[in-house]
Amino acid sequence: MFVSRGARIALRAFTALVLLVLYFPLLYVMRLSVATSRGFSWPPSGLTLEHWSKATSASGPRAALWNSLTVAFWATLIALVLGSLAAAALARYRFFGRNVVNLMLVLPIALPGIVTGIALNSGFARIGVDLSRTTVAVAHATFCIVIVFNNVGARMRQLSPSLDEASADLGADQLQTFWYVRLPLLATSLLAGGLLAFALSFDEIIVTTFTAAGGFETLPIWIFQNMFRDRSLPLVNVTATFVVLVMVLPVYLAQRLSDVAAGGRT
Amino acid sequence: MTGTISRRRRLARGVAHRRRLRLGLTLSGPLLWLVVAYIGSLVALLVTSLFHNETSGVATTMVTDPALDNYRTVIETPVYRDVAWRTIQAAVAVTAIDLAIALPVAFFMAKVASPRSRRQLVIAVTMPLWAGYLVKGYAWRAMLNPESGLIRELLGRTPGYGLWGSVVTLSYLWLPYMVIPIYAGLDRLPNSVLEASTDLGGKAWRTFRSIVLPLLVPSIVAGSIFTFSLTLGDFYINRIFGGTTQFIGNNIYSNFGVNLPLAARAAGALEEL
Repeated sequence: MFVSRGARIALRAFTALVLLVLYFPLLYVMRLSVATSRGFSWPPSGLTLEHWSKATSASGPRAALWNSLTVAFWATLIALVLGSLAAAALARYRFFGRNVVNLMLVLPIALPGIVTGIALNSGFARIGVDLSRTTVAVAHATFCIVIVFNNVGARMRQLSPSLDEASADLGADQLQTFWYVRLPLLATSLLAGGLLAFALSFDEIIVTTFTAAGGFETLPIWIFQNMFRDRSLPLVNVTATFVVLVMVLPVYLAQRLSDVAAGGRT
Repeated sequence: MTGTISRRRRLARGVAHRRRLRLGLTLSGPLLWLVVAYIGSLVALLVTSLFHNETSGVATTMVTDPALDNYRTVIETPVYRDVAWRTIQAAVAVTAIDLAIALPVAFFMAKVASPRSRRQLVIAVTMPLWAGYLVKGYAWRAMLNPESGLIRELLGRTPGYGLWGSVVTLSYLWLPYMVIPIYAGLDRLPNSVLEASTDLGGKAWRTFRSIVLPLLVPSIVAGSIFTFSLTLGDFYINRIFGGTTQFIGNNIYSNFGVNLPLAARAAGALEEL
């Protein structure tokens, strides 16, 4: 290697520092949520669960949580169905316009959220659909499809077609092959894709802003609406911590699932 | 003889026909959704950008009479030009900061860290991408508090709120998008190339500048596209750090309630970028 010992140590220290900075803000908000001190003065002091117990009875975050969960649930469900259908079509068939379909799948997430959001808003306005919980779910599903598509598609490319043939040789029909052979092999990738889609929807705010009716608050929107009110800050800290915790779990699980699959392969 | 051939051909045609049918059935769902919901919406956005609002008394109505007036307004109004220019400057600053931080980190991950810890480092860098965009914006608002926030206590000074607060926070948010492509590029770069340069007498810095950097250009471009376009499209971070300085996104958002056609046109400009 051409890097000197000193440079290696410096690079290691710098990377450690950057990782610390990457995680610190999240840990800081968690710390604030159990602090007795108020405001943003450093360092936070004291330790209390008072804000958390108050938060359980607060109606604002609870309604927002319900909205976030229902939207994420429907968006994930739609994305799972459409994403795996698209993955199946693109993994098994070569056809004219395949690249266009690929592009269309990626486009909703590749374009800035503000473009996707305002485009869907104009779309709903054109066909005369009033903004509601459903329009938010439809919008979220649109950019979640690609997540499922990527996860399931990657797994499908690894599956050998001889498995299908073996199943057919043993007398299974298409449906049986799908149910007993393909689905169990795809299960973890479906779960991983679903979890990531859920996390993506749960965290989304820009597209939500443009596709939700006035007064409809998801958790990120609730946090935004309240972070400028000093009185609400303890509740904001708790809600923000909650959002991070709720998101870390599915993302961690999805990561583990992909890991297990990768480990099983080699 | 001929009978078998034609039967076989018929069979082949039948199979091909069924393949097409199955493909059609599998693809029609996702395709219908994307074309109707998404492509349809993008077209609607384009169409709306050609309309304009007319105010008579207190009532404002959207006139669905196509014209290019909105495009002229966006190009000719100094405020819009200023905002666009400021947003581009901020996007360049964010990209430069992220590049400066990502290069050494990615280099450490790909070439110095042990192969075993590489995967863990990739996970460690990408994980925060999933956790709470708005929560992170809020955390930085707390940390950059001009009176007694962490950064002020730690460094004695703070960029505070406003434009620089936004730039710092956006750099933080998009950093992984820069690290990962550069890491992937370095990972593909064989060590033998670096060793050859050393054998030929190249010092570390010289090797980095003349060998590594030129080979990394595609990865750097990929990462920069992410950080640049994500900054262009963002407006919540700028709202969190509040104030008078606006980004294109804020402009779209504030026009959104009042002047949909103009907002549509501005969003279209982002898309073209």
